[in-house]
Amino acid sequence: MNLDPIKIRQDFPILQQKIYNKPLIYFDSAASSQRPLQVQEKIRQIDQEYYGNIHRAVHYMADKATADYETTREKVRSLINAGTTAEIIFTKGTTESVNLVAWSFGEAFISAGDEIIVSEMEHHSNIVPWQLMAGRKGAKIVMLPFNNKGELELDKLPGLISEKTKLIAVAHVSNVLGTVNPVAEIAAIAHARGVKLFVDGAQAIQHLPVDVQALGADFYAFSAHKMYGPNGVGVLYGRKELLEQMPPYQGGGEMISEVRFSGTTFNELPYKFEAGTPNITGVIGLGAAIDYLLEAGIENISVHEQALLKYATEKLMQIPGMKIYGESKNKSGVISFNVEGIHSFDLGTMLDKMGIAVRTGHHCADPVMQHFGIPGTVRMSFGIYNTREEIDAFLPALKKVISLF
Amino acid sequence: MEMENIQQEIIEEFSVYEDWMDKYSYLIELGNSLQNLDPKDKNDQHLIKGCQSRVWLVPEFRDGKIYFQGESDAVIVKGLVALLLRVVSGRTPKELMNSDLHFIDAIGLKQHLSPTRSNGLLAMIKQIRLYAVAYNRISEKEA
Repeated sequence: MNLDPIKIRQDFPILQQKIYNKPLIYFDSAASSQRPLQVQEKIRQIDQEYYGNIHRAVHYMADKATADYETTREKVRSLINAGTTAEIIFTKGTTESVNLVAWSFGEAFISAGDEIIVSEMEHHSNIVPWQLMAGRKGAKIVMLPFNNKGELELDKLPGLISEKTKLIAVAHVSNVLGTVNPVAEIAAIAHARGVKLFVDGAQAIQHLPVDVQALGADFYAFSAHKMYGPNGVGVLYGRKELLEQMPPYQGGGEMISEVRFSGTTFNELPYKFEAGTPNITGVIGLGAAIDYLLEAGIENISVHEQALLKYATEKLMQIPGMKIYGESKNKSGVISFNVEGIHSFDLGTMLDKMGIAVRTGHHCADPVMQHFGIPGTVRMSFGIYNTREEIDAFLPALKKVISLF
Repeated sequence: MEMENIQQEIIEEFSVYEDWMDKYSYLIELGNSLQNLDPKDKNDQHLIKGCQSRVWLVPEFRDGKIYFQGESDAVIVKGLVALLLRVVSGRTPKELMNSDLHFIDAIGLKQHLSPTRSNGLLAMIKQIRLYAVAYNRISEKEA
């Protein structure tokens, strides 16, 4: 079954508007995707029919909210094929998921002199928490480089692993280059040396099927707001055996078993890592977003987006002075580019005036910019609702903008 | 000419452009015709950090007035720099300290002043005022 973007677009009224009197073309889903009516309706339903605090209360609305919240946990488990719902922790977003692991894994497993390998193509969110942890623990960050095509130099990985290496942190899909990294291969290399693997899946979960067990990820993180769900909600998957050995990240309600001034015992997984009242509405909204993704079919989405990526890349390459960053055969979701002699900020500003939303700048990945010696790129990113016609409208707009400089 | 008069002049110039594209084309034109800084002046000391485009601002205090030169690596920002310099360069510190740079809002470019990470214009205005305060102190001491 093919995806029908015309039908899909009816679920996204926000896309059917004019910006500066031009039809909106939204090519910034990698920053945040839009939410379909189905997700909006679910959130409206909670707010108007059964909002209540989960887990503790005995009344009807709280029970119903709790049931939906926990059903979402099962939906997430099934989506990524985790072994058990105990391994699914709700967070504020991918960034919090990384910070949680960096702190708690650090407390449990990292000593002075240990090493963490972080890839050169990471988003700042998958660099800085590890740096903070390394600073606290006296550990060292080692960089796994990528080549000029934007592919990780995997042959260098075994040489970077020492007996001090405890963890490798890598993106499943790069937010700038679009490269789909060979996570299963990295996991095999890591595990053969007793090293754990953290995967940032923020740019993967909405584009391709994810099976954390087949990938061999010890940790896998992503955000609801990039997969057609609400903002302010994220997921951390962690292998139970590891999560059990890690201390709680934050203290508060929900995460405790018994509290005495002489000492507190902690709740079981996953609640040990969910201190305080969580984003109840957001989590249930994420459940609706997962339903939406599954209804469309992740394989179908993948085929649709790959076709857009290929078509746009071919057309862009015909523009004089065009330089695309990220030329891996395994790409997903995004195209980053510059046009010779024009600053990405200038291009983005003018495209905006033509109703086209792209992202410009360093995309929170300074090391990638330094690799290529550039201040930034223009990034166009695709989602379930984008069409070939939008690319056809984008290209003359881009050419017109280029002609102004 | 008074600062206020120059601001009015700019507002009039922009009033002929109804279309965003024309407005920005004019900014690009201004950016392209702004004289580039001496490369040695494009250093960290003069760099104003905006997130996406880099802006350099070089002050020179002469005969009680501050003369500014500036540049950016993004042409649209360079155009904004050109407009700003027309208004603020060659003013006394006191004039700058009391200035109300309302023309940016009036010509419909206020989005460039929002404290987002998009460019260094707001930071540049702040820097101009800081220079004004500093040079004011120097000239008061000398007096």
